[in-house]
Amino acid sequence: MVHLIMATGFLLMLIGFYGALTNRNLLRMIVAFSVADTGINVVLVAMGYMRGRTAPILDGAVTARLALARIIDPVPQSLVLTAIVIGLGVTAMMLAFAYKLYQRRRSLDIAKFTELKW
Amino acid sequence: MVKRIIALLLLGAIGCLFASLLGGYRPDGELNLLARYYAEKTAADIGAANIVTAIVVTYRGLDTLGEVTVLFLAATIVGLVLKQGHPSGQALRVLAPVGELLTTGSRFLAPLIFLLALYVFANGHLTPGGGFQGGAIIASAMLLLLLAAPRRHFSHGLIAVVESFSGLFYVATGTLGLFLAGGFLDNRILPIGTLGELFSAGTIPLIYSLIGLKVGTEFSSMLAHLSETEEL
Repeated sequence: MVHLIMATGFLLMLIGFYGALTNRNLLRMIVAFSVADTGINVVLVAMGYMRGRTAPILDGAVTARLALARIIDPVPQSLVLTAIVIGLGVTAMMLAFAYKLYQRRRSLDIAKFTELKW
Repeated sequence: MVKRIIALLLLGAIGCLFASLLGGYRPDGELNLLARYYAEKTAADIGAANIVTAIVVTYRGLDTLGEVTVLFLAATIVGLVLKQGHPSGQALRVLAPVGELLTTGSRFLAPLIFLLALYVFANGHLTPGGGFQGGAIIASAMLLLLLAAPRRHFSHGLIAVVESFSGLFYVATGTLGLFLAGGFLDNRILPIGTLGELFSAGTIPLIYSLIGLKVGTEFSSMLAHLSETEEL
């Protein structure tokens, strides 16, 4: 099961990379980066999963004493919490820059932006 | 065409890397050293029922402060980039009417969504919620309001004030920890209380609410700036 989820995550990353490499449209590239980002998060969360255990939240069923045997690894979840938020900030910045480029050139085609080409 | 083949070859190589990673991955049978520390000590030291929250807000609180700073910078840059050259005197594009359903629905739902956001970030130490999730919910309510009235202008001044003050109080609470408790962002300024109650886990509910307000206003300012770009 974990392997299936991880494979899904890796596949999402590959789809995202493919989209970012082959698309010429800036907006499509941004979408592709978001897809790859999601894939990375899925892989990270899947890494913390352990069979037969529950979420790292203490309550009546999982008391503090039982926690060691009953919860999954909380560290990847904290990492992904951070990664999702930063990913959203980065996406918003990419969109803002894409808008600015469109304003300047009236085009979203990456091939039209040749200043940094070598 | 050549470029597409090169891209596919590259992806094939990365795919092979992933496949070998996946093939060699064995899920842990029990918690590793770090996770074991958090599982054993959180309830007694931090008093938060949600261990992820304890890690994000207290154990690795400094990293979260950095994360909030990164988000603040992203929001500021979005504002800066979109503000310059913003055409003010230009004729506005005529938009299609929004529709009765969306207008009425947003009026009904937006306050409820704000309430849900408050609930989510005030209960961050008990439930799988917290400031970041609550902030995203606030932003979703703002998005709904923007969809219902695309020409609506949110007060950037108000957003900036709420954002600055929540950031300021966040850092101030963290600094108080230096003097009254074990260190920067230590949550034990306030009593830890009983595990599982709303007023427990020291300053975690306070800090996460401040983070929620800050993240919500940051996302909202990004949305407002993006919506005020008229041309696309």
